[in-house]
Amino acid sequence: MVQLYGSHPAARNSKKVTGRIMPAETILQISKISKSFGAIQALKAVDFNLRKGEIHALAGENGAGKSTLMNIIDGILQPTSGTIHLNGQEVKITSPAQAQKLGIGFVHQEIALCPDISVAENIFMAETNASSARLMNYQDLYERARTVFAQLSPIDPGILVRELSISNQQLVEIAKALTLDCQILILDEPTAALTEKEAQVLFAIMKSLAARGISIIYISHRMVEIFDHCDRVSVFRDGQHIITSEVQDITPDDIVKNMVGRVIDKLYPPKQEQHEKTGETLLKVCNYTEKSRFRNISFEIFKGEILGFAGLIGAGRSEIAKGICGLEGNIEGELWLRGKPVSVKNYQDSINLGMVYLSEDRKGDGIFLDLSIASNVSALCVEQVATRWGLIDASREREQARDLGDRLNLKRGHLDQPVSSLSGGNQQKVALAKMLSVSPRVIFLDEPTRGVDVGAKSEIHGILRNLARNGVGIVIISSELPELIGVCDRVLVVREGLISGEVSGDTLTEEHIMHLASITGSEPMKGHDMQDARP
Amino acid sequence: MSNAGISVNEDGNKIAKTGILAAVMRIASMRETGLIAIILILFIAMSFASPYFLTWVNMRAMVMAFAVEGIVVVGMTILLISGGIDLSVGSVVSFAMVLAGWLFLSGTDPWVASAMAIAACACIGMAMGFCVTKIGLHHFIVSLAFMVIARGACLLITQGRPIGLYTLPPEFKFIGQGSIGPIPFVIVIFVVVVIAFDFMLRRSTVFRKVFYTGSNEKAAAYSGIRTKKVIFLSTVLCSTLSGFAGIIYMARFGSAQPTFGIGMELNVIAAAVIGGASLKGGSGTILGAILGAVLLSVVSSSLALLDVSVYWQDIIRGSILLAAVSFDHYLNKNKA
Repeated sequence: MVQLYGSHPAARNSKKVTGRIMPAETILQISKISKSFGAIQALKAVDFNLRKGEIHALAGENGAGKSTLMNIIDGILQPTSGTIHLNGQEVKITSPAQAQKLGIGFVHQEIALCPDISVAENIFMAETNASSARLMNYQDLYERARTVFAQLSPIDPGILVRELSISNQQLVEIAKALTLDCQILILDEPTAALTEKEAQVLFAIMKSLAARGISIIYISHRMVEIFDHCDRVSVFRDGQHIITSEVQDITPDDIVKNMVGRVIDKLYPPKQEQHEKTGETLLKVCNYTEKSRFRNISFEIFKGEILGFAGLIGAGRSEIAKGICGLEGNIEGELWLRGKPVSVKNYQDSINLGMVYLSEDRKGDGIFLDLSIASNVSALCVEQVATRWGLIDASREREQARDLGDRLNLKRGHLDQPVSSLSGGNQQKVALAKMLSVSPRVIFLDEPTRGVDVGAKSEIHGILRNLARNGVGIVIISSELPELIGVCDRVLVVREGLISGEVSGDTLTEEHIMHLASITGSEPMKGHDMQDARP
Repeated sequence: MSNAGISVNEDGNKIAKTGILAAVMRIASMRETGLIAIILILFIAMSFASPYFLTWVNMRAMVMAFAVEGIVVVGMTILLISGGIDLSVGSVVSFAMVLAGWLFLSGTDPWVASAMAIAACACIGMAMGFCVTKIGLHHFIVSLAFMVIARGACLLITQGRPIGLYTLPPEFKFIGQGSIGPIPFVIVIFVVVVIAFDFMLRRSTVFRKVFYTGSNEKAAAYSGIRTKKVIFLSTVLCSTLSGFAGIIYMARFGSAQPTFGIGMELNVIAAAVIGGASLKGGSGTILGAILGAVLLSVVSSSLALLDVSVYWQDIIRGSILLAAVSFDHYLNKNKA
């Protein structure tokens, strides 16, 4: 790792380059910042500089130290050693409030709004808090909130935050940061919950802010965003700053290589080979309809393939998967599993039939953070590791977790440790192990690699491909188009509760998918009306 | 052949050694171990401070003091693990006493009367479970309401006066007053209930679902667990065990008191929480909760023997609760 750093020409070059141009325009200079939590050293003598008016991307796997560094800049954490210079002056940032005073705004990845008060009140919370006025001037508050939103998205400032969709809540977070008069704006994966269109709006705003001389630190796992919208990129790994470069001087492969410290030869596993196409139908869904969420959903999953569900957030992709698994909704329609009609009334039925659903909200409803790895893996069917008398056999439970964990290359401590002790990618593997514990026939995976670092991500993709090879039907729901295109053999596009099209082979491109996901006026594609046959 | 034997042996030894070490570490880091240590320290200190402390009579009195309440603690712990809470336990204990006593005085066989009273308590649990799972109200509010309702029912049945049950047959009184050898029968019941539920909570698949539900209700639902059913049944179990405790109290006192058990819910919740149960659900053990009850009881007994005013006792018990919870919080924070 150190060797790579030392021998990497780009690393040395970029340092020289930045070193030369830096003094005149550097707004933020971080020197030799270290931070340790007990025995764990999260940051090791990190240098970082930010120029005035640039959009600076930060890349690195989870746990690489990006968040720790940002939390130090925002005053949430205090560095163990090292200095921070802002506009050439050394500063000690001791709290987020002070960071705000210094002109540093931070949009966290996790939404931290008060759900029961209005959008406008949320946006101006800091200001209201600081103001000496005894009464709230709502009219003024709403007016100003409206001006902020004029450039973002038409959100009514009087509405309660809890009534907004996740993507709109994210926009409120961004609006909140925009109202601060800041010179440095930190955005932590702001597009994770945004639709493509909203993300484009955000990028346009970022550009105009940068043009006004505001510096933006942009954390993202998405290469496309880095290359399309950022000026420079810094890569972190294992608490160290590896490289900083102008984006035009670096390739996505270089970034990935520096992030993981080894060469990932292929980001995505190979696709299904022609001869692997069996044409054997695993699951056939006919005319699935849930009054308010989706209508006339018909499709088939063939043995050996990975099927993708694309569409905007809120289009009904997750709802369809949950509906098929009996997790929610009042559903009409028919379901054939391996040629036999089946009925699924609740999730237990679905599990018994071998259809499982991996939730998109890992921490919210995918895993039990406080419970042990072993009891997480066994949760789907504890009876499997129990004796005839309904007593859990602890050694069998551990054995199950160990076997499945090893199969998924789970990096873990003791099996009795809580899942909260694992990294995001490994937590996801535990969730996946839970699914595999019942030897499913069809797995629906909702955003299976959200918040998972590059290394673990490609591992998970490889695992899914292997499962598909072994005859398990895999359905991936993802908002990340490169992922769908890279992994899936066939992608169904969902728009407003309808399947608006199917793409595969040559048509499996971002343009096709985005077109199908956002066009107005329905034009159902081949293959979906055909199955209208109700016996 | 012999080679294979040796290698297996070596392997076995290695596993056994690391296993023992890991087990020791795990036991040392468990909540129960810490509680036992504190209780032992108190025992040693008190045996020096007061000659009466380590006497059979005092020990017996101490165990008797929490044995019946301990059965309520069992139910409460399970409910806390499922993510619920029940403030009505004290009232329900009293309700079971009063109802069984009243039925008995009206000519019902005491065993039948007791069974009916316990069933009535189970019905209270069902009503609470219904309000929580079907209507969607919070356990806290629902059980607060039923605490008042059950207490009101007690007062209504008895017209506010204690009922003397002097004619209870001796074989019924045996539940509360008899003993097997030197050991009071109440303690036998208590120990059986504790061991049975502790074992089931650790091992049975049914109770594992209580942990899943309490740890993350949504994730449990997404694992095919019928979480509402789990919460409903946990609520019913807690009320049923409270009713059972009420019957034991009736047999022990030979009377039914409509004002019995006021404030019991706080003691019971405190014991469970000191023993490691979390109000957020998903964690706790019966053994820990009972040790929490033992600690509170030892402290009370010690303070009494040391002639500390009764009025101080509540202050000290409250402080212990605060200390235990703060300690937990501190540990969790350091872990994260």
